[in-house]
Amino acid sequence: MSSVAISVKNVHKSFRLPNEKNNSLKSAIVNFRQHKKGYTEQKVLRGVSFDIQRGDFFGIVGRNGSGKSTLLKIISEIYSPEKGSVTVNGSLTPFIELGVGFNPELTGRENVYMNGALLGFSHTEIDEVYKDIVEFAELEKFMDQKLKNYSSGMQVRLAFSVAIQAKSDILVLDEVLAVGDEAFQRKCDNFFNAIKKDKSKTVVLVTHSMDAVRRFCNKAVLITEGKIVKSGSPDKVASAYSDIFIQEARQQNEKQDSPKNTYNWPISVEEMNIVQNKKPTKTVVFREDFTISIDIKSPQSYNEVICAIDIVDAAGRVILNTSTRELKEKIKLAKGTASVSIDIENIFAEGEYYINYAMKDDFTEEQLFKYPEIYQFNIIGNQVRSKSSLTHPDVTWSVK
Amino acid sequence: MKTSNIFSKRNRVLLRELVITDFKLRYQGSVLGYAWSLLKPLFLFAIMYVVFVHFLRFGAGIPHFAAALLLGIIMWTFFIEVVSQGMQSIVGRGDLLRKIKFPKYIIVLSTSISGLINLGLNLLVVAVILIIDGVSLNAAALLFPITLLVLYVFSLSLAFLFSAVYVKYRDLSPIWEIVSQALFYATPIIYPLQMVIERAGEMAAKLIMLNPIAVLTQEARSQLIGSEVAVTASQLSSNIIYLTIPYAIIIGVGILAIWYFRKRSAKFAEEI
Repeated sequence: MSSVAISVKNVHKSFRLPNEKNNSLKSAIVNFRQHKKGYTEQKVLRGVSFDIQRGDFFGIVGRNGSGKSTLLKIISEIYSPEKGSVTVNGSLTPFIELGVGFNPELTGRENVYMNGALLGFSHTEIDEVYKDIVEFAELEKFMDQKLKNYSSGMQVRLAFSVAIQAKSDILVLDEVLAVGDEAFQRKCDNFFNAIKKDKSKTVVLVTHSMDAVRRFCNKAVLITEGKIVKSGSPDKVASAYSDIFIQEARQQNEKQDSPKNTYNWPISVEEMNIVQNKKPTKTVVFREDFTISIDIKSPQSYNEVICAIDIVDAAGRVILNTSTRELKEKIKLAKGTASVSIDIENIFAEGEYYINYAMKDDFTEEQLFKYPEIYQFNIIGNQVRSKSSLTHPDVTWSVK
Repeated sequence: MKTSNIFSKRNRVLLRELVITDFKLRYQGSVLGYAWSLLKPLFLFAIMYVVFVHFLRFGAGIPHFAAALLLGIIMWTFFIEVVSQGMQSIVGRGDLLRKIKFPKYIIVLSTSISGLINLGLNLLVVAVILIIDGVSLNAAALLFPITLLVLYVFSLSLAFLFSAVYVKYRDLSPIWEIVSQALFYATPIIYPLQMVIERAGEMAAKLIMLNPIAVLTQEARSQLIGSEVAVTASQLSSNIIYLTIPYAIIIGVGILAIWYFRKRSAKFAEEI
C-alpha cells in the first residue's frame, strides 16, 4: 500500500444557493422564462491541495464558513468535487456527526445495530463487540429502552462507544470532541491518544479547538475562504488561526468610540487608552503586559486626590481594584491637563473586560470623577490553561 | 470512485438494517401493529365490494369476480406503496445522506422490500379467499410469479425515477397523488374490462390496456383465477406491436429511471 492515505488535488467546490425557496416546478418555470438563474453561486473551495500520509493525525482548522466541513465531506465522498480529485487509499469512515441514523423510536440495542451497519459492521461483528460497546457507554440497564428516553449525554456516550469500534484505516472526524461532560472528554482524549500512537491509523480532524490540534495532531492546515493559507506543524497553524481572531477583534474594537462624555463631574477624562507594545489598542495580547493611560482635565487645582480603577470581567467580577493609595504619597493636581498611567502585569484570562475609573478629593471627600465601564477591552491569545482559571500568573511546578 | 454493488457484504447488511428499521417503525405505537398492513387492503376491498359489486352490480355474471377484485386491489396497493414511499425515501433519509457515504439506491430498494413483504402477506389472504371461493389453479398460475416480478420491476423503476425528481421538485408529491387517483379509475380494478367492452366499445378497452398496470392486473387475474374472469390484452388484439407497447413502456421507464437516478444521485447530499 502506498504511504499516502489521502491525496487531495486542486479541489474546487461551489454551491448553488437558491435565491428563494426554489424547489418547486412553478419557480423553475418562472425563472426559466425570465432567464433568471434562481440561485447564487457560492465558491466554497478554491483549489485545495494536500497529502495526508499514513499514520498522520491531520488537523483542519478554519473559521465558520471557511469551507473546512465541505472539504471533509468531499474527502468522505459525501459530496463530489467540482474540479480536482481526491484519492483515498484504504477504508474510510466519516464521523460528520456521532450517532448517524439514530432513531428515537428504536431501543438502544437496535440503534447500535443500525448505526453499526452504517459504519460498515455486519450483524455478527456487532455481536462480537456489543458487550464492549455497552460497557464502555455505561448503559447496561438502558439498552432495551427507547432512545427517546435517553438523556442527551447517554445518547452521545452510546454513539461514541459504537464509533470507536470502527476498524477503518482512516477516520474522519468533524467536531466530535466538542460534546459531552468532562468524564466523556477524558474518554475521548484516551481514545485519541491511542490512535495517535497507532501508526496504521490515519485521522483527519476538523476542529475549532487549538488545544486539540496542539495535543493530537502532527500536521495541520488552516483554511480561509476556501484556500489553504497555512500548513505545517500544528503549533504554527494554531497560532496563525489565533492571529486571525486577534486581528479581527482589533479591527472591531478600534471602531468603537473612545471615552465617554463626562461633563457632570468637576474633572473630565479627555482620553483613555490601553497601550501595549507602544501602540494604543483595545485588543490586548494574552500574557503581555499593558499600560492604561488616562488624560484628564481639571478646572482647578487640588492638594490631595486619589485615582482608582477597577478591572471588571464580563461576568461583573472585579478582577483588579487598585488606587494611587498604593503610592503612599499625596498626589497634587494642578489646574489644566494631567496624565495618569498604570502599568499592569497581564495575568488575566482571555475575555472581555471593563475599566471603572474614579477620582476623589481625599481631603474633602468630594467625588471628582466616577464612571463605571468607561472603557472596554479584550484579551485574546493562546490560552493554555483551562477556561475556569481566572488569572494566569507564572507558575512553576515541582514534584519531588 | 469505487463501484459498489448490491452483493457487497456491507451493502447487504445496510439494506437489511434499513428494512428491519422500516418494518419496526412503520406501525410504531399502534395496538394492532403490523396487522394494519393486512387490514388496510382488506377494508378497502370490503368497501369496494359493497359499493361496486353489491350495489352497483359490477361484474355480475362473472365467476369469482370478488376474488379478482381483491387480487386487483392488492396488486394496486403494492404498486402505490412502492412508488409513493420510494418517491419520499431519498428525501426522508436526507439526514443519513449528508453524513455518511453509502450507495443511494439502497434506500429506495429498502422501502420497496417493505412493500414486497406486505405483498407476500396479502397474497396469503388472497390464497385463503381463492380456496374458500373454490378456485382451482391450472398451469397458467405458474406464470403468476413472473407477472408479479414485472410489476415489481415497473414499480421500482418509477420509485427510482420519482425519488430522484422529488429531491429537486417537491411538486411531484401532489401531482402523483392526483395522477395515481386517475390511474386507479383508468385501470380495470373495481370494474371488469368486459363492462368497458359492452358499454364503451372495444376501442376504449384497447386504450385502457395500453397501461402496463392494467395489463399486469388482467394477466395476474387470468393466470391465477381463470381466463373467464379477466380479458387480457391478447384477447383484444393479436397485433404484436399493440401487445408490445405496455412492455416497451416498462422497459423505457426502467432505462430512464436508471439513467436519471445515476446522473442525479451524486448530488443528492447537497440538494436535499
